[in-house]
Amino acid sequence: MTVTITRAGEPIGSGAADDDYDVTVVGAGVVGTAIARELARYRLRTALVEASHDIGNGTSKANTAILHTGFDADPDSLEARLVREGRHLLAAYAAESGIPVERVGALLIAWDEEQLALLPKLLAKAERNGYHAARMLGAGELAAREPHLGPGALGALEIPDESIICPWSTPLAYATQAVRAGVHLHLDCRVRHIADAGGSHLLTTSRGPLRTRYLVNAAGLHADEIDRHFGHDGFTVTPRRGQLIVFDKLARELVGHILLPVPTAAGKGVLVAPTVFGNVLLGPTSEEIDDKSATDSTADGIDFLREKGRRILPALLDEEITAVYAGLRAATGREDYRIQEYPALRYVAVGGIRSTGLTASMAIGAHVTGLLAGTGLELGAPRALPPVDLPNVGEAFPRPYRRADLIAEDPAYGTLVCHCEQVTLGEIRDALHSTIPPGSPDGLRRRTRAGSGRCQGFTCGAAVRALYEEARP
Amino acid sequence: MTRLERSVDVLVVGGGPAGLGAAAELAASGAGHVEILEREQDAGGIPRHCLHGGFGVRGTGRFSGSGPRGGMSGPAFARACVAAAVGVGAVLRTGVSVTGWDGPRTVETTGPAGLERITARAVVLATGARERPRSARLVPGSRPPGIYTTGELQRAVHVHGQRIGTHAVVIGNEPVAHGAADTLRGAGLDIVAMVTDQPVSPLPALVRAWAGFPLLTGATVTRLTGRNRISGVELRHEDGRTTTLRCDTVVFTGDFVPEHELARRGGLVIDAGTRGPAYDTGFRTSRDGVFAVGNLLHAAEDAGVAAAEGRACAVPVLRGLAGHDRPAGPLVPLEVDPPLRWVAPNRIAPDAELHDGRFVLRTGRRLPRPHLVVSQDGRELHRQRLLLPVLPGHPFHLGAGWLERIDPHGSAVRITAL
Ligand SMILES: Cc1cc2nc3c(=O)[nH]c(=O)nc-3n(C[C@H](O)[C@H](O)[C@H](O)COP(=O)(O)OP(=O)(O)OC[C@H]3O[C@@H](n4cnc5c(N)ncnc54)[C@H](O)[C@@H]3O)c2cc1C
Ligand SMILES: Cc1cc2nc3c(=O)[nH]c(=O)nc-3n(C[C@H](O)[C@H](O)[C@H](O)COP(=O)(O)OP(=O)(O)OC[C@H]3O[C@@H](n4cnc5c(N)ncnc54)[C@H](O)[C@@H]3O)c2cc1C
Repeated sequence: MTVTITRAGEPIGSGAADDDYDVTVVGAGVVGTAIARELARYRLRTALVEASHDIGNGTSKANTAILHTGFDADPDSLEARLVREGRHLLAAYAAESGIPVERVGALLIAWDEEQLALLPKLLAKAERNGYHAARMLGAGELAAREPHLGPGALGALEIPDESIICPWSTPLAYATQAVRAGVHLHLDCRVRHIADAGGSHLLTTSRGPLRTRYLVNAAGLHADEIDRHFGHDGFTVTPRRGQLIVFDKLARELVGHILLPVPTAAGKGVLVAPTVFGNVLLGPTSEEIDDKSATDSTADGIDFLREKGRRILPALLDEEITAVYAGLRAATGREDYRIQEYPALRYVAVGGIRSTGLTASMAIGAHVTGLLAGTGLELGAPRALPPVDLPNVGEAFPRPYRRADLIAEDPAYGTLVCHCEQVTLGEIRDALHSTIPPGSPDGLRRRTRAGSGRCQGFTCGAAVRALYEEARP
Repeated sequence: MTRLERSVDVLVVGGGPAGLGAAAELAASGAGHVEILEREQDAGGIPRHCLHGGFGVRGTGRFSGSGPRGGMSGPAFARACVAAAVGVGAVLRTGVSVTGWDGPRTVETTGPAGLERITARAVVLATGARERPRSARLVPGSRPPGIYTTGELQRAVHVHGQRIGTHAVVIGNEPVAHGAADTLRGAGLDIVAMVTDQPVSPLPALVRAWAGFPLLTGATVTRLTGRNRISGVELRHEDGRTTTLRCDTVVFTGDFVPEHELARRGGLVIDAGTRGPAYDTGFRTSRDGVFAVGNLLHAAEDAGVAAAEGRACAVPVLRGLAGHDRPAGPLVPLEVDPPLRWVAPNRIAPDAELHDGRFVLRTGRRLPRPHLVVSQDGRELHRQRLLLPVLPGHPFHLGAGWLERIDPHGSAVRITAL
């Protein structure tokens, strides 16, 4: 099947009735792409429309990148169920698709007696969530496992299946599979208005009209605005900002597990976690803000994180910092997802996917597809999608610069462009000519790691930009 | 395995002025097979991107075209360094990266011709330095395009001919900041201001007036703004005022850090001050047979210093090759007290002999004509009054006449500024 991806300046279709899509998914974050991928398994005309110039360019690009077990979720919530299902689905999918995952395990650490007393309760909660592998560690074993911890750790709950994952490869794999299976991807395409056109929805987008019989709202932070086009006033998204600090790779040996704090009413707290790229993350903060575009870092946020980090892993603070970033959780005032089907409207709202959406994404995809069927969409028989095999960007498997076989076939895999992250010309070229090419040098960075290292482009920035510009149509 | 195994006499990692200088002198002195590995497609290091003149004159600190005249351009200097090394038989291999270690003097490499494992009788690390990027300086705000370091800017303009923007703010006031300003103006940008958190300018008022843009001293960058492109730099001034400079380009200059990752991965002892490998006056690191030169040791001196150091390290490397590497006796650490930031070299061997008779230092804060006091275990070894104020980002020096007064079995020698 031919791949259809349109961008600014190109037509998206006539808007005539015979061009109607069966389903349109609004928003190509990790949730929207997962839904589109699931829909791609059926013989449907499906569109994925995205306001940005790239997929995965919203909240999905800026999170903590943990594949949660859901051990601490509210057992009766929809979120708990979808996280539980989703993590198994995504772990299996990652293994077959080349998405880097490392099962490093988490240690939920008690730093005082009060927290220590809470660990058995958390263990019991994990059991209620169907997670049975958690166990308690004493101070001695904890210190042996994590010799660089700051003083005062009294014990921990070990959750051996908490994993780290590549947040960028995940939506890319979903979207790649979806468009290869015939889903149309319309980028630079913001949905501005939705009207009822008798049996179908007429979307007014920044690139013209688009008609669709069914609509899925996976617009993340803007899901409430899309929802209001249907006259609903069900939920309001209030961004909850999370700032994070990325430490250089030389810090990686300071930490073996994801180090979690004991959760409080205020949220999950600040963690220290390795990344699949071999860095160490410190964060996130949790700040209620009102601007859905305010992915800024702040002096207070950075100070707060460094203070927490100094307590958890003092030596971390002596390491060089590679990056500081912030992501916005789509909080809606309820500690659960807001997934709601409206059969009469042929519409499913997928809102409030706050802080576990990466983990749950595949389960959300399946759940939403089921809801669409329930609202009357004829799915027909599913088919298996041809697998995707993304180039490996994780440290747990050999990267191209270490692969004599690849280099012998093509010397471009032996030509390093980004030296901090050891990204080769071959990988950059492949990404620029992939099924969904990046929409900016930043998108190229997310696909290859080029420029995301300790020098932040001091050495390779201009060269990477030149390669990007050269490949632009 | 699929790595080609090779052996050489001397392996030089990094083909900048320091590494090329070392290779040239070693190859000329009969060190055997001397091989330089340079990860970029062209050797020459940082000077390749510095289009102004003033190179090749040692110790003049010409990071920009606005200094005294003389010498050659950066690219010409880079070519001269390459020619000097290759001309005497050193083997220069470009596009080959050293990616890690597999033994005390064995490195792993990646290049278009494949993977290698190279074992050397002596290794010289000359991997240079970089400027800390905005993120590492913890400057808050948004992260749009338009934010550079001098290194990225100079490559973008001088190598790739890329368009930068129209209005730039330069952060920093070390010599390299003026190099960045030159590059920006050469690329047709207006410089909105040069900003430094230091209270006073090290430049005479005359030079500043000539520069043609405001220098804002005592101003801290508190935030960057802009979504699709950088649009402003928020400042807090010493008197508490805040202002915003409108711009579409910001260049973070100076704040150098050694490119020390290979050294650290190799387990070499790192000096807490310089963050480069700890080394003695014979360019010896903590590992036998592994030497280091150039800005990896002290980020950053000018190109002439790096090249001269490279050449000077040939003597100890040759001694090492002849089997006389380690002198008898312990190394004494040399440490500084704040506000001094570092001193190089920072270990003293019993046979200590400085190639140019002086130590180089940095301060974290301006000091008006300080006394430098050298002491060990409470005993004053030396005291020296500097004739000029010392400024952050600028080198100053300490003589070495006191070396023989060191107790080789004593504790660390300290340098204090009074
Ligand atoms: C700090 C932080 C840490 C996190 N850590 C984790 C973690 O460790 N593990 C985990 O599983 N989850 C984590 N999450 C949660 C996870 O990142 C989110 O749940 C997930 O990314 C949400 O994906 P999404 O597709 O719903 O939203 P988004 O990625 O924001 O996608 C929505 C898309 O819709 C588009 N859009 C919006 N309006 C329109 C419109 N009108 N027309 C067209 N397109 C539109 C946007 O451009 C955007 O691309 C974290 C989140 C944050 C903020
Ligand atoms: C932005 C900037 C501007 C400067 N401007 C001036 C100026 O105008 N005038 C001046 O006198 N000095 C200037 N300097 C100082 C300059 O760094 C020195 O003059 C000189 O280049 C130092 O020489 P070096 O050999 O130590 O390091 P570099 O010149 O940095 O050379 C190091 C070399 O090692 C290579 N390398 C690193 N790691 C590896 C590896 N793992 N494998 C293989 N190769 C590797 C690098 O690619 C590089 O070519 C500037 C420095 C910077 C950062």
